[in-house]
Amino acid sequence: MRMKYVLSEVLVGLWRNVTMTIAMIITLAVSLFMLGGSGLLYQKVGDMKDLYYENVEVSIFLTQEVTEQQRTDLDGKLKSDPMVKEVLYVDKQQAYERFQQMYADAPDLVNAVKPDQLPESFRLKLNNPEQYKNIYDQYKESEGVDEIVDQSKLLDKVFGVLTGFQNGALAIAIVMAIAALLLVANTIQVAAYSKRREVAVMKLVGASNWFIQAPFVLEAVVAGLLGSILGLVALAVLKVTAASSSMAALEGLISPVSWGEIFLIYPLMAGVGALVSAVTAWVTLRFYLRV
Amino acid sequence: MTKTYPKASRPSLDNVSVSIEKGEFVFFIGPSGSGKSTIIKMLLHEVTPNKGRVVVNGKDVTSMRSWKRPHFRRSIGCVFQDFRLLPNRTAYENVAFALEVIGKTKAVARRVVPEVLELVGLGGKEHRYPHELSGGEQQRVAVARAFVNRPLILLADEPTGNLDPDTSIEIMRLLDRINRTGTTVVMVTHDSNIVNQMRRRVIEIESGRIVRDQARGVYG
Repeated sequence: MRMKYVLSEVLVGLWRNVTMTIAMIITLAVSLFMLGGSGLLYQKVGDMKDLYYENVEVSIFLTQEVTEQQRTDLDGKLKSDPMVKEVLYVDKQQAYERFQQMYADAPDLVNAVKPDQLPESFRLKLNNPEQYKNIYDQYKESEGVDEIVDQSKLLDKVFGVLTGFQNGALAIAIVMAIAALLLVANTIQVAAYSKRREVAVMKLVGASNWFIQAPFVLEAVVAGLLGSILGLVALAVLKVTAASSSMAALEGLISPVSWGEIFLIYPLMAGVGALVSAVTAWVTLRFYLRV
Repeated sequence: MTKTYPKASRPSLDNVSVSIEKGEFVFFIGPSGSGKSTIIKMLLHEVTPNKGRVVVNGKDVTSMRSWKRPHFRRSIGCVFQDFRLLPNRTAYENVAFALEVIGKTKAVARRVVPEVLELVGLGGKEHRYPHELSGGEQQRVAVARAFVNRPLILLADEPTGNLDPDTSIEIMRLLDRINRTGTTVVMVTHDSNIVNQMRRRVIEIESGRIVRDQARGVYG
């Protein structure tokens, strides 16, 4: 009976103040959507970093006039360098084959380039991709070296943008969460005010504190959960529309978000939504009801 | 015990010592601001004394944790001048509400509530709303609500303050009847008529001190 009483009070409470309830749920939904989105991006960026940095290479291009002796010296030095994991020598012919593969779509370009126009190079895999700078400093003055190119520099830019998106989403999530928090506090105050007579009688006859507070706290929790469901729906809609729109162009760069990942992030959204609402409601009641 | 409210120039209660036995009927009288309400609040554990101890039902409640207060309250029934009924509930529902919110089942309420409404003389009016009842009848509902849980103590804070003399006397008869069941009744009042008719123990308070404590007393 008590459970029934509490639940019916929750529904009545949400309905009594329905415009405020809707505002609260929408704000919670946007906040949790942003939180979920930023969580997914965080995972993606992590996955991609592992994947890309694993394969990242530092290329040391040699000058056209490089001598046999210079090449052998450099090869020996690189092979004994503790920072270097793997060394691969690419001669002009191999470079040309790679070039052909890379630009297979543009036969004109391929035909215009002759094998001996492409530089020989060493392709290095580093034990720690972030030590690129040391490699650069050490080898740029070596005899026969023309240019040192690090792929991770480009990746850093891409990841910089993605991390920027992620931080932006997180910032919006936090700002919206503050708005949601204030709305929850306000809704609970209004609810407590409209039930002040009942609350006074309950205190008088010795109803336990949890029994007095439970309907209000649960009201906030229900709103938080509804908000998280809406946020989940928004994420799903974003996935469906992104797959069929211009965002699809990024497909090759960003690994696509799977349904599994979206549903895995949901417990986080629901948990944060419910917990933040409950704590806010409870704190509000401490001030407002003093039970 | 002594109680000084923050910012007050003099204590609300100054070295007051009172002992009320189980089953007694006691009037607290005195002018407004004399400290009567503070005593009621202390019995309810709404305020605690700065000095001294408050013992209710054999339990020292002076240092009782506030989370224990709800359970403690169940042993004390309260009636107020303004009835404090829920306007959107019938007489029956008002009394049943008090039972349900402390965890009693509907079945218990169905058995006990009609009984107690009968006791206070509202048999047949269970399904009236407060606005359909007279002031005296509303106060009877309030008494029924205070008594339904069979408390050891009934606190009545000017229960007849809003009622005409005849109705007041009926309410007093009711409180007397409840007292005869063994319930201690503590009543704060300004009503000299009632005090003089009942001839019960009278404790007069003035400026936070007890100036008179008289068995079978009059208003004076």
